[in-house]
Amino acid sequence: MSDNSHLAAFVRTEEAPSLPPPSSAAGPIKWMRDNLFATPANAVLTIVAVLVIYKVLSGILPWMLAGVWDSPSLAACREILDGKSAACFAVLTERWNQLIFGFKYPVDLYWRPAIVLILFFAAAAPVLFFDLPRKLLVITALFPFIAYWLIWGGSVSTPILAFAGVVVGYLVYSRFVAQNFAIGFFGGVAAALIFWGIGGAVLPDSTIAEGAMRSVPSRDLGGFMLNMMLGVTCVSLSVPIGIALALGRQSSMPLIKYVCVVFIEFVRGVPLITLLFVASVMLAYFFPPDATVDLFLRVVIMITLFSAAYIAEVIRGGLAALPTGQYEAADSLGLDYAQAMRLIILPQALKISIPGIVNVAVGLFKDTTLVSVISMFDLVGMIRGPILASAEWNGVYWELFGCAALLFFVVCYGISQYSQWLERRLATDHR
Amino acid sequence: MTTLTDPPKASFRLTMLLNDTRYRSLTLQAIAALALALSIWYLGSNVAKNLAAQGLNIDFEFLGAPAGYDINQRLIEYTSQSSNLSAAIVGILNTLLVAFLACITATIFGVLAGVLRLSNNWLVSKLMAFYVEIFRNVPVLIWIIIIFTIMTAVLPGPRAFRGDEPEASMLFEAFAFTNRGIYTPLPYFTNGFGGALDLLLVLVLLVGSFFGTRYMNARATRIQEQTGQRPATLLTNLAIWFGPLIVVFVVLGLAFEMPELKGFNFKGGIKIGGPLIALWFALSIYTGAFIAENVRAGIQAVSKGQTEAASALGLRSGRVMSLVVLPQALRVIIPPLISQYLNITKNSSLAIAVGYADVTATLGGITLNQTGRAIECVVLLMLFYLIISIGISLFMNIYNNAVKLKER
Amino acid sequence: MKKSVILGALTVAGLAAGAAAAGTLDDVKARGTLNCGVTTGLVGFAAPDANGVWEGFDVGVCRAVAAAVLGDSTAVEFVPTTGKTRFTALASGEIDMLARNTTWTFSRDVDLKFTFVGVNYYDGQGFMVPKDLGVGSATELDGATVCIQTGTTTELNLADFFRANGISYEPVPIETNAEAQQQYLAGACDVYTTDASGLAATRASFEDPAGHVLLPEIISKEPLGPLVRHGDNEWGDVVRWTLNALITAEELGVTSANIGELGSAAGSNPEVNRLLGTEGSLGDMLGLDGGWAKAAIEAGGNYGELFEKNIGENTPIGLSRGLNAQWTDGGLLYSPPFR
Repeated sequence: MSDNSHLAAFVRTEEAPSLPPPSSAAGPIKWMRDNLFATPANAVLTIVAVLVIYKVLSGILPWMLAGVWDSPSLAACREILDGKSAACFAVLTERWNQLIFGFKYPVDLYWRPAIVLILFFAAAAPVLFFDLPRKLLVITALFPFIAYWLIWGGSVSTPILAFAGVVVGYLVYSRFVAQNFAIGFFGGVAAALIFWGIGGAVLPDSTIAEGAMRSVPSRDLGGFMLNMMLGVTCVSLSVPIGIALALGRQSSMPLIKYVCVVFIEFVRGVPLITLLFVASVMLAYFFPPDATVDLFLRVVIMITLFSAAYIAEVIRGGLAALPTGQYEAADSLGLDYAQAMRLIILPQALKISIPGIVNVAVGLFKDTTLVSVISMFDLVGMIRGPILASAEWNGVYWELFGCAALLFFVVCYGISQYSQWLERRLATDHR
Repeated sequence: MTTLTDPPKASFRLTMLLNDTRYRSLTLQAIAALALALSIWYLGSNVAKNLAAQGLNIDFEFLGAPAGYDINQRLIEYTSQSSNLSAAIVGILNTLLVAFLACITATIFGVLAGVLRLSNNWLVSKLMAFYVEIFRNVPVLIWIIIIFTIMTAVLPGPRAFRGDEPEASMLFEAFAFTNRGIYTPLPYFTNGFGGALDLLLVLVLLVGSFFGTRYMNARATRIQEQTGQRPATLLTNLAIWFGPLIVVFVVLGLAFEMPELKGFNFKGGIKIGGPLIALWFALSIYTGAFIAENVRAGIQAVSKGQTEAASALGLRSGRVMSLVVLPQALRVIIPPLISQYLNITKNSSLAIAVGYADVTATLGGITLNQTGRAIECVVLLMLFYLIISIGISLFMNIYNNAVKLKER
Repeated sequence: MKKSVILGALTVAGLAAGAAAAGTLDDVKARGTLNCGVTTGLVGFAAPDANGVWEGFDVGVCRAVAAAVLGDSTAVEFVPTTGKTRFTALASGEIDMLARNTTWTFSRDVDLKFTFVGVNYYDGQGFMVPKDLGVGSATELDGATVCIQTGTTTELNLADFFRANGISYEPVPIETNAEAQQQYLAGACDVYTTDASGLAATRASFEDPAGHVLLPEIISKEPLGPLVRHGDNEWGDVVRWTLNALITAEELGVTSANIGELGSAAGSNPEVNRLLGTEGSLGDMLGLDGGWAKAAIEAGGNYGELFEKNIGENTPIGLSRGLNAQWTDGGLLYSPPFR
């Protein structure tokens, strides 16, 4: 390499600074050209879209912004508006508590469901986010009992007894599980049932009529709280049932297999609303003649069975997606069926199925609005029943249904965003 | 080898029922069968005891008794003197009608939204994402009620068409949009042979044209394979489709009966009832959001290499889509699409919220209310939906087997 | 064993209420509350107010029964029922009595095995139309679109009426009053039909009540009354005579204002004395204490007071007594004597 520097009259010693691109190829203009007006057809689409957005917003925004937030009744609200067309959001402020808690839940006890909601986040967190310390699962385990006690009230002995039954069942299970999973499992369940049976007979009447922890009958539950409760209870109860059904459907034993297939296909073949009719008009006939079972419990039973069938199908997909090698590997290690399932197959299959289960959960949560058809006052039932029938707010529709749609949207959108995040987290194979 | 590890044929012990794999599955099934029989017996005896205690019985005779109520939309002959069974059948037909219509439009909405969501146009794809999210995350019951309310509030009542300077007017003097429904002209023949025969004739013609065009296409393909030149088929096909039809229409004298405001309502023409439209539209737009997601996933599932390979072979972009991308995407799209159709059918049971006379509203609603035969009505109702969904699942299985990757 | 385990588990869950088959009266006494089925909301008859307290005419009957049996008019658990669920709820024992504007018909009484204990409101199905429609009679409604509130015998009466008059109509069945009203006001139907009492209540809540008229035709008899299960006559008697006590109290001039005075000691009118338990032992015969009727009347007043407070002319519903006046005033209310 020779030194040529003395030959050149001018040598640029550093790189010339790059010029900014022409204004048509950069910044917002380029972005718009690329993303909004790439082709004539695209431009037409953009213009149509802008027109649609403008139309919708110009209809809704003034109506919303001029809304009245403070008025005791629709008539008063119309008076304030003085002929203008605008929203009477006052119905939301007036009846907010009813929309959330239903119209019968005692006003001075609203703090109880509120605490349950906070506890629910604490209990759900370790299940939803695997990174959190596993010790937090203690809260999850205790949550159902505390939540039951807080929402329904009554003597603390009931949830303690229920919890003790679970502990007894667990002890029996862990005593026998080393011997044989089936004995441990069914023994545990039987032990818990017997414990509850005896405890239920021995326990004095647990209702409390007065005070901060007084009993609230379940027909007094209502509003969005009822939707949340049905959603959470039914989904969490239906996951284990769904697992059992999915395993049963995969089973090599024809009887068990066909029972599961018939059950799953039956439930998936009928609309939820007919199952709710069953809960409201037929199920009473299936219980012993001298017992009446609360409508809430009947609805929980039917919705749980409903979602269990869907979850079973999701889990079956997860089981089918596992390579056969996993099953063979488990067999070759000498694991029996229960061990293979518990230690090898289910952890992987469930992991694959989680997004699907979350989808079922979202769908189910939305479907809890159907209970309004069988005279339960959930959020939609509250709107269609007591609020629209009341003399004060007879004739308000958009505000109420808009509010209901918004509440559901916030919760469901949140869950589906979580599901997408989880899918990205779990997608370990494409890195 | 195995004979060596086999246990010696020892005498049968009771524990072997559980511990020996040869017997275990039988034992478990026997236990399951016993448990099943016991619980069925238990539930059945409860039902029997309860019914006996109330002096009731299970009895389907009410199906033959006159229903006693009128239904506004009936596809078959029905009066208030018809039996409860015919009321149920009217309801079943209405369910199938709204489900069928909603399946078609939901597919259209869904495919449009799914394709547009993948569009390069930022605004359009965001708008479609918004559509999908807002409809997927709000219960369908709320949507049905909202759309029904919008329809009643926005469209004018028939009264608005009255007077010298009416607030509303008919489109082309032929279509009336009211909050009771949409009225359109009804085609009929002035010198036909009478309703059913005319319809049959038109149907036969259409079927004939269908096979005619198929023959023409097959012939074109044959010629193409022999000569490499595909004869133009568009014009002949159009002629086969429309030629005979126009001739028949002229001969029979096709005319339209226009809807007219008479008395309280529009009379004449075809009426598409308000509840039907509300339910139809709500189900379509709600399910369309789900189908859009399926379509998007299906298109994205076809790897880019396929498109590129097809282009490299020299196929034009239209043919790339129709010959390469779509057949592969459809395999992914169709199964969830069919379960969406199933969902539409099941969700159509929410018709009671808008007063549409589907089977849940007739058999499971007014008939149940009036006869008080709750168990019978609900059982029949479930049976109907079950048959529909089993039918659709059977179809889906057949389809899945037909399109699944044939691996050899 | 199996049953007791299941029941035990349910009891632990706190959601099952055992209801021994012995007798409804004993059950109610043992439970300490009366389970009374009402509508999901019909202003004036049964609807929760802004504070969630049930109010209305049917509710008043429930409260009177609770007061008679338990001595406490608030010891009522109101169970909202729909047209579909009401009969099953009663038949299965979920509710002890149904006070949900239910029409007393032959088939309900005989075929469905219920006992109607009396009539607390004589109603009839009517029509409401906008005034500017210019319709003066229901027979002019040929071709009209009719909004029906479903759930009672409305659909059947309507079909019968139009068939008998040889005119056609288009029914639009709607589940709730609020939605039917919305359809009617938007002009999606020309006519709104339901029980005349309901029509009056609905019209009263309109922005412009004067713009709507009720047609003169009342096309059906709708005797609405509380009902109980067949076969439990003791309980049926309790509900029947509580209702009769309210009616008799009005007839005899016993009101919530003077009942304290009249009930404290035997007065000059022997029937009043027997009613209020200051003479004779009618309460014992029913299996209740002597002051049962007094408690029932004190709960919300006599029949007339309940009527005036909930649906009478001074309320937004504004119903006149009409057929529901005492027989002495030309109405149909006629209670058998307390003797």
